Amino acid sequence: MTTVQDAVPGVIGTRVLRREDPELLTGEGRFTDDLKIPAALWLGVVRSPFGRAKILSIDTSAAKAAPGVVAVYTATDLQSEWAGPIPSAWQVTPDMKSPAHYPLASGSANYVGDPVAVVVANSPKEAADAVGMVDVEYEQLPAVVDLEDALSDRVVIHSELGTNVSYVWELNPNPDGIKTAFDNAAYVVKERYIQQRLIPAAMEPRSVAVVPSPMGGDYTVYSATQIPHILKVMLGLTVGISESKIRVIAPAVGGGFGSKLDVYPEELLCLALARKHRLPVRWTEERSENSQATIQGRGQVQWIELAADANGKLTGVRADIIADMGGYQQLITAGVPLLGAFLYHGVYDTPAYAFKCTGVYTNKTPTDAYRGAGRPEATYAIERAMDALAVKVGVDTVEIRRRNFIPTESFPYNSPAGLVFDSGDYAANFTQGLNFAGYDALRKKQAEMRASGSKKHLGIGISFFVEMCGLAPSRVLASLNYSAGGWESATVRILPTCKVQVVTGTAPHGQGHETSWAMIAADKLGISPDDVEVLHSDTAISPFGLDTYGSRSLSVGGTAVYIATERVLDKARKIAAHLLEASEEDLDYAGGNFSVKGSPEKVLPLAAVAFESFTAHNLPDGMEPNLEASTSWDPPNFTFPYGTHIAVVEVDEDTGKVDLVRYVAVDDCGNRINPLIVEGQVHGGLAQGIGQALFEEAVYDETGNLLTATLADYLVPSAAELPSFELDHTVTPSPTNPLGVKGIGEAGAIASPPAVMNAIVDALSHFGKINIDMPASPEKVWKAIQATKA
Amino acid sequence: MYPASFEYLRALSVAEAISMVSNNEDAKFIAGGHSLIPLMKLRLATPSTLVDIGRIGSLSYVKDEGSQIAIGALTRHRDIEISDVLRSKAPMLAHVAGMVGDPSVRHRGTIGGSIAHGDGASDLPAAVLALDAVLVVEGPSGRREIKATDFFKGFLETALGADEVLVEIRVPSDIKAWSYQKFNRRAQDWAIVGVAAVRNGTTRVSLVNMGATPLRATGTEAALASGASLDDAALRADEGIDPPADLNASVEYRRHLAHVLTKRALSELG
Repeated sequence: MTTVQDAVPGVIGTRVLRREDPELLTGEGRFTDDLKIPAALWLGVVRSPFGRAKILSIDTSAAKAAPGVVAVYTATDLQSEWAGPIPSAWQVTPDMKSPAHYPLASGSANYVGDPVAVVVANSPKEAADAVGMVDVEYEQLPAVVDLEDALSDRVVIHSELGTNVSYVWELNPNPDGIKTAFDNAAYVVKERYIQQRLIPAAMEPRSVAVVPSPMGGDYTVYSATQIPHILKVMLGLTVGISESKIRVIAPAVGGGFGSKLDVYPEELLCLALARKHRLPVRWTEERSENSQATIQGRGQVQWIELAADANGKLTGVRADIIADMGGYQQLITAGVPLLGAFLYHGVYDTPAYAFKCTGVYTNKTPTDAYRGAGRPEATYAIERAMDALAVKVGVDTVEIRRRNFIPTESFPYNSPAGLVFDSGDYAANFTQGLNFAGYDALRKKQAEMRASGSKKHLGIGISFFVEMCGLAPSRVLASLNYSAGGWESATVRILPTCKVQVVTGTAPHGQGHETSWAMIAADKLGISPDDVEVLHSDTAISPFGLDTYGSRSLSVGGTAVYIATERVLDKARKIAAHLLEASEEDLDYAGGNFSVKGSPEKVLPLAAVAFESFTAHNLPDGMEPNLEASTSWDPPNFTFPYGTHIAVVEVDEDTGKVDLVRYVAVDDCGNRINPLIVEGQVHGGLAQGIGQALFEEAVYDETGNLLTATLADYLVPSAAELPSFELDHTVTPSPTNPLGVKGIGEAGAIASPPAVMNAIVDALSHFGKINIDMPASPEKVWKAIQATKA
Repeated sequence: MYPASFEYLRALSVAEAISMVSNNEDAKFIAGGHSLIPLMKLRLATPSTLVDIGRIGSLSYVKDEGSQIAIGALTRHRDIEISDVLRSKAPMLAHVAGMVGDPSVRHRGTIGGSIAHGDGASDLPAAVLALDAVLVVEGPSGRREIKATDFFKGFLETALGADEVLVEIRVPSDIKAWSYQKFNRRAQDWAIVGVAAVRNGTTRVSLVNMGATPLRATGTEAALASGASLDDAALRADEGIDPPADLNASVEYRRHLAHVLTKRALSELG
C-alpha cells in the first residue's frame, strides 16, 4: 500500500474505450423493462384515435370483466389522485396561456394518442387486450394542424383560452437599429422555411415501474428517463407525495435525445396507482405509442430577413417564427424555441437583431426538447439565408461567410442578442474545413460535371454553426422564467484502498459519462481511470442533480467532478504535508505521489494518505477523517461550440433522389476529454440531422391523424444511407470552465440539416432558384426541378 | 405491440401442415414471419391459429434441373442471394433476394412466404412474374402448378387455396438479359417503384408497387414487340395501370418513376 506508483500519464485527451459498452453490446444492460418485479400490475393506456374529439362516454364494463384485469380508470375516477396538473416548468411570458393538462383527458381529447383511460391488469398482454375493450364514444371535431391556420383562430382548440396562441415572446434590443438596417439595406433577403416535426425515436421506448416499499410509504420509481432528479421533484408535487418518500432510479437508458426529458402521464399514473393498489405498477411503451405519445421535436414556420450593405456585410437580422406546441404544454415545450432565440444571426457579426416567437396550440402530440432544441432551427434559418444572400450579392457561399464572421479579436463577443460568446476563431476553423474537404477541387468537379451534361448534379453545401450549450447559468435561466437552476453537483471520495468513487448529478443515457468522468478524476489524481467508479442516476445515491440535456453534462457536470476532485486532493495534500513534515507549498504531486521539493527521497503515495485519512490515527489537529469533497458548480456563462460542416450531394435529375456522397465536419468543442466519445457524438448527431434533412417527418393529415406512426413510414436513416463521415477538429478552449470544454452532444444535429439542404440547392442552382423544405424527399426534389422548368 | 391470442401448431411435413389447416378456415401458415407478424402486432391480422411450416427442412433447397431451377419455398432470402446455382444460372433472382429488406429480414424471410403473401410492393413477386416462373402448390388432393402470371389475384390475395401450401418455385435457367431497378429512400424499404425486366426471346417487364399486385407493364411489352424505341416503350410502362399514392410518392410521381426506371431497365438489357 505504501509502494510508490509508477506515474500514470495524463488520460484526458486519450481515446479510452467506453466502459459502458461491453454490457450493452452483449445484451447484458438492464433497462427498466428488463427488471423482474414480482406481483407487478401492468398498465394499458386507452388513447384517442382522433386529433380532436369530444369524449361523450366511456364504457369500461367489458374491459373490467376481461381476464386478468384488476381495474379500469377514467379521468373522473382518478381526479382525487392529483395534487396538480402535469407540470410545465417554463412559463415564458407572464401571460402565457396553458390549458389544464392531467394524465387522463376528460371532456375532450386533443391529439392522437391523448390518454383517455387506463387499464390495470396482471400482465402486459392482458392489459393490451383489455385496452381494445374499453368503449369510448367520441364526437370527432374539426382539428387544427397547420400552424398558420392555428394562428388564425378559425378553430380554437381550448375554448377556455379563447385563442390558440399560447404566447408571443419578443427580443428586440435595438428597434431603431433594425429599422435603419432594413431601410438602408443594399440587399434584403426574406426567406420562409419549415422545420418539420420529428419523432425522436429513441431505441428504447419509454418504460416506468413504481415499487412501493413494504413499509414506510416510500416508492422507488424506475424510469427510462434523462431526468431522475427533476422527475423526483415533479412526481412528488404532482401526485402529492413528499419527495423524501420518492427514490428515482434510471437504469440503463437507451437513448433520449430530449424525449425522456419530461414528466409523462404514464409515470404519474404508475405512481398514483401503485399508491392506490399498494402494489408495484409498471408500463412499457409500444413503438406505435412512442410515435404518438412521446413528445416530438421541432415544428416551426420560420421567417428570416437579412439586411446587408453593398458589400454583402450584414447590417440587420430579423426572425419571426411560429412554434408548434401541440395539444398541451409538456415540461419545457414553450421554452424550446427560445433556446434558439439568441442565435438567428449565427456566427455573423451584425449590429441589429430582432426575434419574435409565437407559440400556438395544434391537435398534435406535444412538442418539447429534441437534440439541439431551438438551436438547429436557428442555425438552419441563418445558414440557408446566408446562401440566399450570397446568390443575391453575387458572391460565393464561402465569400459571404468570410465577409461576415465575428472577428477572432472580438472574443469574448457581446452579441446583438445580449449573449457573450465565450471564445472562437471562426475564420481559422473555416479555412481548415474547406481545405480538409478540398473545396476548390469540389467546385472544379462540379463545373466539369455540369459541362459534361450529366444528369447527376453535384452540390456542395456549407453550414457554419455556433450554438449555446452547457445549460446553464442559473441566473440566466431565471431571466428566461425557467423554474430551475442550471448547476450540477459532484462528490468525489477516495476510499481506504485508494479506489475512487465519483458521484454525479448527471444522468447519462448513452453519453459515456462513466468513462469520461472517471478520466477527469483519474487525470487530476494521477491514477488509472480503472480505479475510479462513477455512480449516477439514482436519487438516493446522488441526491442533488439536474440531469442530462442541452449538451450540459461535460461543461457543467464534468467541471463539478473536476472541482470536487481538486478539493479532495487539497485535503490529501494537507494530510501528506503533515505526514511528511513539510509545508503544503513545498509539496509536488504527480503520478499519484506527493513528494517534497528538493528532497526526492521524501515521497508519499496517495494510497498511504487515503488509508491514513480512513484510520485517522495521525491526522493534523482538527481535521475530519476521510477524503471526500462535494461541490455544486454553477457556470458563469453558456459555452459556444462551433464548426464548419460541408455536405456533398449528387442529385439525380430524373428521379430527384439525393445521394449524400460525402460529409465533412470540423468541430470545435473546446478541449476534448475523450476524442472517441466526441466523434461518436458527432456521428450520432449527424445521422439525426441528415435524417431531418432527407428522411424524417411526422406527417399528420387534416384531421390530426398521424400517418407516420410506424418505423416503416417514419424514415429513420440507417448506416446504409449515410457516407463514412470525415471528421477533423480545432480547439478553442472555453474560458467558462477550468476544463476548457464546450459540448458536443448536439452539434451534429444542429449543423447538418442546412449543410445538406444548401448542397441540394447548390447542386440545382443552374436550373434557377430552388424552393425546397425538409425532408428533401425524391419527389420534392423532382418537383422543385420541374418548377424551374415550368 | 402484442398480437391478439392465437393457437400455435408446428407442422413437420407438408401433409401435416395441410391437415392442420384443412379443418380451420381461420388458420394461417407462417414461415419466416416477416410479413405476417407485423400485421398481427398491429392487429390488422388476427388468425386464430398459426401453422408453422418454417421447420419443414425438406422445402429448403435450390436444384439445377437443366432448363429450370427449382427452389424450395422455404429457402431463405439470404440462401437464395448466395446460392452458387442461382448466381450462375438465374442471377436475377439471387440479385433481387439480396435487395429484400435488411439483413435480419433476409436471414429469416423465405421466398415462398414472400410470394404467397402476394404483396404488390415486394420485390420477389414481381421478379417471378417477369421470370415467367411456375409455382408449385400442394393441397389435400396433391400437387398442381400455377403460372406466376395467374397467381397474383388482388391485394394480398393469390390463387392459393386456404388449404394449399406453396412448395416450390421454378424459374427458367440461363437468362442472360435481365435488370432489376429498385427505387427507394432507404435500403431496407419496400420499393417506391421497382421494375423487373427479362429478355428470354420476348421481353417481359413487371412493376413493383404500381398496384395491389405485382403487375406486367403490358404497354411497354407491346411497344417492344412492335419495335418501338426504348424511350417510347418506357413511356408506356404505366399504361392501363392505376398506381397508388402514399407518403413517398403521388400518382403522378409514381408514373414518372415507372417511366424512368423502365427506361433504365430496358437500357440495361442491352
